[in-house]
Amino acid sequence: MNSVLQTHAVSKHFRKVEALNAVSLNVAPGERVALLGHNGAGKTTLFRIVLGFLKPDGGSISIAGSKPGSKQARRSVSYLPESVAFPKMLTGREVVSYYAKLKGARHSDVLSALEKVDLVDAADRRCGGYSKGMRQRLGLAQALIGDPKLLLLDEPTSGLDPISRQKFYQLVSEFAGRGTAVLLSSHGLSELEARTDRVAILRKGVLVANAPLSDLQASANLPIRISVRSTQANVDRVHRQLGGSRINGVSVELECRQPHKMAQLAAISKLGAAVNDVEVSPPSLDEIYRHFSNHHDHAGDAK
Amino acid sequence: MSAVLAIAQTEIRIGIRNRWVMLASVILFVFALLLVLLGSGPGGATRADGLTVVVASLATLSVYLVPLIALLLSFDAIAGEIDRGTLQLTLASPVSRGQVLIGKFIGHGCVLALAVIFGYGVAGAVGYFLGHNVGLDGIIDLGRLIVTSIALGATFIAIGYVASASVRQTGTAAALAVAIWLFAVVLYDLALLGGLITSSDGLFAKVLFPYLLLVNPADAFRVFNMAAIDAGGLSTGLAAQGNSMPFQPHIAIVSPFIWMVIGLGLSTLILRRVQP
Ligand SMILES: Nc1ncnc2c1ncn2[C@@H]1O[C@H](COP(=O)(O)OP(=O)(O)OP(=O)(O)O)[C@@H](O)[C@H]1O
Ligand SMILES: [Mg+2]
Repeated sequence: MNSVLQTHAVSKHFRKVEALNAVSLNVAPGERVALLGHNGAGKTTLFRIVLGFLKPDGGSISIAGSKPGSKQARRSVSYLPESVAFPKMLTGREVVSYYAKLKGARHSDVLSALEKVDLVDAADRRCGGYSKGMRQRLGLAQALIGDPKLLLLDEPTSGLDPISRQKFYQLVSEFAGRGTAVLLSSHGLSELEARTDRVAILRKGVLVANAPLSDLQASANLPIRISVRSTQANVDRVHRQLGGSRINGVSVELECRQPHKMAQLAAISKLGAAVNDVEVSPPSLDEIYRHFSNHHDHAGDAK
Repeated sequence: MSAVLAIAQTEIRIGIRNRWVMLASVILFVFALLLVLLGSGPGGATRADGLTVVVASLATLSVYLVPLIALLLSFDAIAGEIDRGTLQLTLASPVSRGQVLIGKFIGHGCVLALAVIFGYGVAGAVGYFLGHNVGLDGIIDLGRLIVTSIALGATFIAIGYVASASVRQTGTAAALAVAIWLFAVVLYDLALLGGLITSSDGLFAKVLFPYLLLVNPADAFRVFNMAAIDAGGLSTGLAAQGNSMPFQPHIAIVSPFIWMVIGLGLSTLILRRVQP
């Protein structure tokens, strides 16, 4: 499949700051890619380069075959910046219809975009009175207009409540289903709710991961946590047999690698009535994210 | 084209909603009304059309107020949009940077035109009913003043864009706009006056001075209007020199238009290099 967005070895520095270092990232039609990274990792810088606002120091970029910033490229791209303040005196509908006219989109797109982000009721109120989440959704409505081939969303879920956030990811999937390539930035894997096809992680301007979530889970190879609940009488015996560490008088907690999981569970079930309950928790998304985004720290966070 | 109109329409809408149009109209109206009432007193029994007398003083008022209103309207145009992040969105869409400026120019021009038409129009109507021997001449003079005031304002709107595109902060842009106003309508004239005083018979007064008036769009505007109402005797200050011009004083009106083109061209060039 031919990618809508192709960046090859893109680098950018601001004076002493190495904002991006040889970043190569492609997004295919219909693909949802999440761009993760700590504050100052270079996410916004990458968006601004793709939009043609900044010139990269090196590397090449193509958007649907065109150069960033060219008219063709701008026709294919829609952007949601991380912070934007629309004119307070305009209503939500006027704001969206303004951007629809700039993009040369159909007028009927305005209402359908407002419907998609649940702003129809507030559409004729001035956006100066909108709440933070409403303003964020207004920005999103603006980005959904004009059948974009590539959606660039910089922290689209910031300020959204859990229901709006879920609706947002549904919307993203809907657009991806119709062939739109989506690149969105976010601050944590857990926030994504596994709603993206691929996860790219930037650390200090370097792309340290770029794979589907399940692949990241596998390659991080973090230990699985098994919590075994026993009784006051039996917990000593269980601890002696299984190892691990004792927790709150009746439980034992074990860590094991993926390949040893079944053997470990078999050993637990052999204990029979001494075990009341077993809970297996795979490494959390946050732990995986921390593993990639901060290699030097991850040893310290096992409790 | 529809993008340009959308930008213009939005500026007009914002100008009306945030009471800019009203405020500017009221300011122009109050000052103009003062001049009308002073000018239509019983002592002012001259040959001239009553309204024409008023227009002569309104032309001087325009030189100060209209550039100020225009600069206050335009200093925020680019710097403010960078500040608020909306310029990113505009420039992410397939409009060119030149189109953005033209759209804003049309919009701000309309806002200013509305203010001038309301402010001077209503004051002129008062003058029409109060004035002595007011005729068609007076109305034509007022109409010319309104049209040229709008042109003068449009010139300073374009100059304001240069200030706005040159800096990233609105505060800096505002300071720059005030400095431009101070220079163009106050300091420039003071400097010319100083020059006249020190060499009233020399090269400066005879050769340079008329052209220096022409260079400044605000002075050129006054020269044109004074010449057009053919009221050299009524006029005061620098433009009284208009009688001894080495060129037809009517061509002075070209100056604001040249500056308008320079302002728009320069601000487009600067905006092309702006990183939103
Ligand atoms: N215009 C600029 N001038 C100077 N330095 C800049 C500029 N823009 C970005 N930087 C620097 O480049 C680095 C990357 O910034 P960027 O905004 O891309 O981070 P980010 O990943 O979007 O962070 P966040 O999650 O906080 O939004 C930072 O160190 C930042 O200070
Ligand atoms: Mg950012």
